[in-house]
Amino acid sequence: MILFRQLLLTGLLAGLTYGAQAAPQTFDFKDPKGVNNAVFQLDAPLESINGSANGISGTVSFDPENPAAVSGKIIVTTASLTVPNPMQNTHLHGPNWLDAEKFPEISFEAKSLANVKTTDNVTTGDLTGTFTLKGVAKDLTVPVKFTYLKDKLGARVPKLNGDLLVIRANFAINREDFNIQPGQYEDKVSTTINLSLAIAGASPKP
Amino acid sequence: MKRGLQILALTSLLGTTGIWAGTGFNRGWTKTSEPVKTLDAVTGIEGITYRQKFLPGVDFLGAGAALAIGLAGTSLFFRKPSNTQ
Repeated sequence: MILFRQLLLTGLLAGLTYGAQAAPQTFDFKDPKGVNNAVFQLDAPLESINGSANGISGTVSFDPENPAAVSGKIIVTTASLTVPNPMQNTHLHGPNWLDAEKFPEISFEAKSLANVKTTDNVTTGDLTGTFTLKGVAKDLTVPVKFTYLKDKLGARVPKLNGDLLVIRANFAINREDFNIQPGQYEDKVSTTINLSLAIAGASPKP
Repeated sequence: MKRGLQILALTSLLGTTGIWAGTGFNRGWTKTSEPVKTLDAVTGIEGITYRQKFLPGVDFLGAGAALAIGLAGTSLFFRKPSNTQ
C-alpha cells in the first residue's frame, strides 16, 4: 500500500514537472546587452541606403513543446532607426518619411504560425501577423526561425538562470503600402525595403 | 591677389580630392558614423553599434570643386599686376 502511494506520488510529480515544462514561456526582448537589432536595406537605381535599429522591446509567448502556438508582439522604436549620413537620418525621422514624433513605434504582432518544422531546438515556419508602420497596419506572412536555447540565459547575463529564444526573420515590405512618400523619389529611395531581424529574448527562472 | 586666389582654388581642389581619396573613395554621401558589428557568442546574433567617423562622400568632393571654381572665377576679376620699370 505504501509502495502504491509512493508510485502514485512519483507519477503525479512527474506529471506536474512535465506540465510545467510544456507550458508556454514568456520571453522578454528588451535586451540588456543591446545586441538585438533590425537591419533595413533599400537599393534604388541611384542610391543605396543601409541602416539598423536597436530600440527593440516586446514579449513573445513560446512553448518549445508546441511552437505553433507562438504569440506576442515585437516593437521597434522609430527614433532608433539609424543611417550613417546625418542628413538622411534627420529626413528619415522627419514628418515626410517615418514621422518618428507622431508614430514612435513600428510593431509586429504575431497571430499564427504555419508550416512548422522542428529539428532539435530549431523551429522554422511562416508567421502571420500584423505589421504596423507609420500608423498603417497590414497583415503579413514572413518566414521565421526560432532557436530555443534552454538554460543559456546565465551564459549571457551572469547571475540569472533561464532560457533564451532567438528569432530571426528576413522579409521585404513596400513603403508605398505604408503611406511613406508613395510614388515619390523612387530613383533614390527604393519602394522595396528589405528587413532583417535578429533578436534574443530572455525567460528568467527563479 | 589674383595669383593668391588661384593658388587657393588649386589647394581647395587638390585638398578635398586628396582627403576623399585618402579615406577610401566613398562614392556615397558623406557619413559621420560607421557601423561596428559585434558577435554575441551565446545567441550568434551580430549586434550593430555606431562609432563616430568622418567619411567624406561625393557631396564633400563637390563642395571642394565648387569652392575651387568660385575662387578661380573670382580671380578673373583681378588684373594681373603689371611690371613697370
